[in-house]
This record gives sequence, structure tokens and C-alpha cells, in this order.
Amino acid sequence: MQAQDLTTEVAGLSVHLLRGGEGDPAVVLHHSTGPIGWVPFHDELAQRFAVHAVDLPGYGRSDRPSWARHPRDLAILLNRALEQLEMDGVTLIGAGFGGFVAAEMAAMTDARLRSLVLVGAAGIQPAEGEILDQMVLKEEFYVQKSFRDEESFRAFYGEDETGELADLWDFSREMTARVTWRPYMFDRRLPHILATVRTPTLLVWGEEDRVIPRSCAELYARALPNAQLEIVPEAGHVAEYEQPETVARLIAEHVGSLA
Amino acid sequence: MFISYFTERPYQDEQGEYINTLDLAKSNADYNPVLGGDLYHRYLDEKVYAEEMGFDGLVLNEHHSMPACMGGVINVEASILARITKRARIVLAGNVLPIWDDPLWLAETLAMIDVISRGRLVCGWVRGTGRESVTHNTPSPYNWERYQEAHDLIMKAWTEPGPFRWEGEHFDYRYVNPWPRPLQQPPPIWIPGSLSKATVKWAAERQFPYLMLATEHEPTKRSFEYYDACAREAGHETGSQHRGYLFKVHVDETEELAEQTARKFLQGPSNPFLEGNQGQVRGFMQNLPGMNSRTEVLPTIETWAPAVARGAQRQHKKILEKKKMAKGKDRDYSGSYEEQIAKYTIIAGTPDQVVEKIRNVLEYLRPGIIAIWDGDGAMSHEDTMRALRLLGEEVIPRVREIGKELDLHSPFEVSPVTNKPVAEAVGVG
Repeated sequence: MQAQDLTTEVAGLSVHLLRGGEGDPAVVLHHSTGPIGWVPFHDELAQRFAVHAVDLPGYGRSDRPSWARHPRDLAILLNRALEQLEMDGVTLIGAGFGGFVAAEMAAMTDARLRSLVLVGAAGIQPAEGEILDQMVLKEEFYVQKSFRDEESFRAFYGEDETGELADLWDFSREMTARVTWRPYMFDRRLPHILATVRTPTLLVWGEEDRVIPRSCAELYARALPNAQLEIVPEAGHVAEYEQPETVARLIAEHVGSLA
Repeated sequence: MFISYFTERPYQDEQGEYINTLDLAKSNADYNPVLGGDLYHRYLDEKVYAEEMGFDGLVLNEHHSMPACMGGVINVEASILARITKRARIVLAGNVLPIWDDPLWLAETLAMIDVISRGRLVCGWVRGTGRESVTHNTPSPYNWERYQEAHDLIMKAWTEPGPFRWEGEHFDYRYVNPWPRPLQQPPPIWIPGSLSKATVKWAAERQFPYLMLATEHEPTKRSFEYYDACAREAGHETGSQHRGYLFKVHVDETEELAEQTARKFLQGPSNPFLEGNQGQVRGFMQNLPGMNSRTEVLPTIETWAPAVARGAQRQHKKILEKKKMAKGKDRDYSGSYEEQIAKYTIIAGTPDQVVEKIRNVLEYLRPGIIAIWDGDGAMSHEDTMRALRLLGEEVIPRVREIGKELDLHSPFEVSPVTNKPVAEAVGVG
């Protein structure tokens, strides 16, 4: 599918996004490893939604808010971006670190949201296990760990012959370090403020997620008043890359059930 | 000429288990505090002896969670030396400025050391490698900003009457009024480094002498020239008083014993900073996200050893490709003792042999400060003491003469600020 390039400006910074498909608006927030363009998951979603794949502020082609120190800062900017784009009834989908930002956005206001979808979302300190720390792993090894196995990783990315991916990961990792170095990938206050979220939420977790422990999914389910959890078989942390059809179908069904 | 003595103070265990270790992977479960105590005593005693033998400075460096360097908290060692030595300057090379969440505490600590030592402290600020940021969990993208702000705060705390308030980007204080203030107003600051252009420029703009750490001669010379250019741009003249060079020298009683002992630089606990025995350095962890510029690097990046020590292998390869130079490992992977002797990163021999080679270094690089790196790797206390005695009796006096002949001046002879002889400079600034 041909996606369209869009930019909007928030707080003097340009926010870049790709738009494709027709239907109810959906906004997709990427992992901490950075936006990789229009992926099969976006195509799947675009059959049912007008998909807006956003480059998070500081990632990809979006300007870096050099003052940002917390994912909440990015969430504020993106809520303003939704306002600016006059988007309502949004299905907000966040994966991994993008899920952290999406949860922060929902915690601020339900106003523009129809539903919230968190795929292997960071943001809550695990009760059991630890969030895999990309800062002390070789970039490629970390990204590989986000897939269920090496084969799945290779099938998705192929060989990084030009070093382009390594550069993207290095660049993205810097922004991630700027906003969630310590504590790493969670906020102790978040579960408390999530209690106020009214937006219906779908939690999607790869059955073999090796990055964000399953206990985080359970804590999200407990913290959010209106959430259901779905486990996706044959998927790791990046369930939406590995099982795009399944994840898109779960989202469509979830949103359909709200009508 | 300022002549100082340096060693990394390796944790030399009897089983020799620290060979070819993976960076930041060795558990401290094996740490033996009794052995640790013995080694700290040894290294402090050697420093005292170095002072007796005529060294002008005792250089300490800091690394964290690294068996090859026991100086996790150099301020402890410096505090002890402040009381048990009398004349030599205590040179910190240096405090890892960005990892201090409370740099005012550092300002107080250093002021105490300066006061106790009666004004013999020389401070040095380093950015640290990833090791330091990982172990003390300092966000790497703010490393450089924190470095600069901590410096500004410390200088103000040392030189301007308190109390005052400090509200910066990274540090906030409602009451800055440290007690004591340092004896020197302020203590001299020398900046040690090897790769970052930003740090060199920053030092040059402030007229802080720059200490190059065991890098190869040709890129070291070009790095000093970069310093000079930055200083000129800022309107400052430069001279030998702005140049420091740390390099490995082992002197011994005979040529055979010198070689046999100098080979121990490549033995003992693996040390990312000791060429030929660097262990397995994990680049991704040393060169953390946003910690250093990926492109603004000194010419020393062209050589493998400093690049690998700081996890900059990718940049090293890129720059060689760009310059169409042969690839790193094939061209200059540091390793053999012979190779290092040939390129002067190790100087070894009898006093006569060593003095001649040191002359070459001084002629080529023209530093006013030198730090002689010895007693490292697998060298024993006896090895070190033999070398210190010979350095004191036969090498230092002759190196001083060469320094005079070559017109090389330390920052204590020619002020790096006024560029005039210090005796004349008294009362001027």
C-alpha cells in the first residue's frame, strides 16, 4: 500500500507520520528501536482503519525534544498532535516503548480515544522477572531478542548489509536513553494514575516475549479498570511484526465489540 | 619538565584468573579483600617511594568494576597520599565528572585533599568510558553536559564566596557554601583523554593542559596540533606547558631483565587500556548511546588500541574505510611486544637506552608534563621498586636536563594561563 507522508508541528517541533488506509482513525507508536517505515502490520490494520504510523518525537524523522526527560513528555506532545490533527475516536496502539508512551497518553485524557491497545508494553515495573536492558546489549542482539527466535528475526529484517539498521538502532537508543535511562522502561507512578483511565483497553502479549515479562501484562490488566489480555502464540516481544494478521484481527475485533 | 609516575594498580590474583576477561562480566564473588588490602598497601608504598626517588607527581586514575584498575575511588588514595607524602603533587587523572549526581560533594572532597596536602592537588576531569556510566548508572546522552556543568559548579564553589544558589540543567542546589575551600585558588586542572575532540577543544579554550594517554606518537602529535588550533581560535598561545603525555617505560638493571620484565605489561589481568592484553571489550557497552560524538574524534581513532578500549571499533573501521587505509586488525592490531617496542608504545631497557628513547619522545611531542607508566600488568612489587630506584637515580635527572635543553616547561614553570614564567606571574593574575 502507498502510505502518505505527513508532518505536524508541536511545541516548535515537527512530528512525522505515515498515513494509509481508510476507516476509523488508528495511531500506531513504534518500539524504542525506532520507526522502520510502513510494515505489514500497518497494511493489515489499513483494511479496517485509517492508520497513522507516527515517528515518536526524537525518533526517525521527527525532531528531537532535547529537553524531554521522560516518556510522559513525549505523551504530552503526541496528545497535542492528535488535537492538532483534529483526530477523534482514535484507536491508539503502542508497542513496547511506544506502549509506555500510549499508556501515558491515555492516563492524561480519554477525550480523543476510542480504545487503547498495548502490545508488549513497557511502563510498569515487573513483579517477576526483569525488563531486558538494551543499554548493556549489542544493538543487533537486543533486536534479535525481541523476536521469538533468530530465524524470525532474519526473516523480518534480512541482512543489514549497509549498516543502515545498526545506525538507526544506535540513534534510537540514544533517544531512549534520554527519556528512560533510570528507572529503565518503567515509571513507578504510572500504575496509580492508570486507575483513572476509562478507555477500553486491549493488552496483546507475544507468548514468547523475552523483553517485557508477562507479569507486566498482568499488572497492566490489574491497573486499568477496563482491560482484557490476549496472548499471541508464536510471537515474541514484537508480536505485531511476527504475527501481523493475528494482532490486527484482535484489534479489529476489540474495536468492533465496542460499537 | 614535570615528571610523574603512574600505574593502574591491577588486582593481581595468584591464580591468574583475570586473563582475557569479558568486559564487565567478572563477578566480585571472587574478590579477596585480604589480597585487596595487600595490593593497596603495595601501590601506596610504591607511590611514597616514587616521591623519595624524585618524581614530581603521583598520578592516579579511576575505573569502576574493573579488576585491572583498583582505583575505584581515587579520592581515597589521594587522601592517604595527601598526608603520607610531603612534596610530590597528587595528580588525579581523573575524577569521572559526569557520574557524580552530587558534584558539590566532589568539590568538598577535593578541597579537603588540597588543604590536607598543603596545596599539592592537581585535578583532572574525565568523561569515563561506558563502564563508569553503566556501573554508576549515569544517563550516557547527558555525559558531556553533566561534565561541563559539574565543572562550572565546582569552580564556582572553589573560587567564589558562598553561600549561593545553583540551578542548572542537571544539578540543583539551594545552598552552596563548602567548608573547606581549597588552598590553591583554584587547584590546577589537567584534562586526560585520548579520543574526544570536544574535550580537547573545551580544554584548549580554558587553557587546561591536555594529557594524552598512551596513544601512538603520530596521531598524538596531530591531536596536540588540534589543541593548539582550538586555543588559537580562542585567542590563546600554547606551549609545552599545555601538553602532557603518559607512556609506558620500564627501566631495569640489564637489557635482558628489562625485556623480561617489560613483557609483563602484556600479562596479568586483562586491561582494555594496556595494548596487547586488552581482554574482550564490549564496544556496545563502552560506547553507550549519545555518550560521545560518533564523528568528532581525534586522529587517534585511526589506531586500533584506543578505539577498542573505548568501544569505538565501528568508528575506527569507518574512518579507515573513508581514508582508504588498510583495515584495523590487519594493519595495526596491537598485540605483540615487539611491535609496541618498534612503535614506542613501550619503552624498555637500561637507563642509557631508555633515556635516549625518552629524548626522542620529548623532541617529537614536546610535552611539559610526562607520566611514566610502569609497574603494571603482571609486574611484581620487586620489579616496580627496581625500576623506580633506577628511574630516580639515573633517568629522572637526565630527563630533566633534556627538558631544559629542549626548552620544555611544566605548568608550574610557565603558567598555562599567562604563558609567562611562573615566578613572574605571581601576583599578576
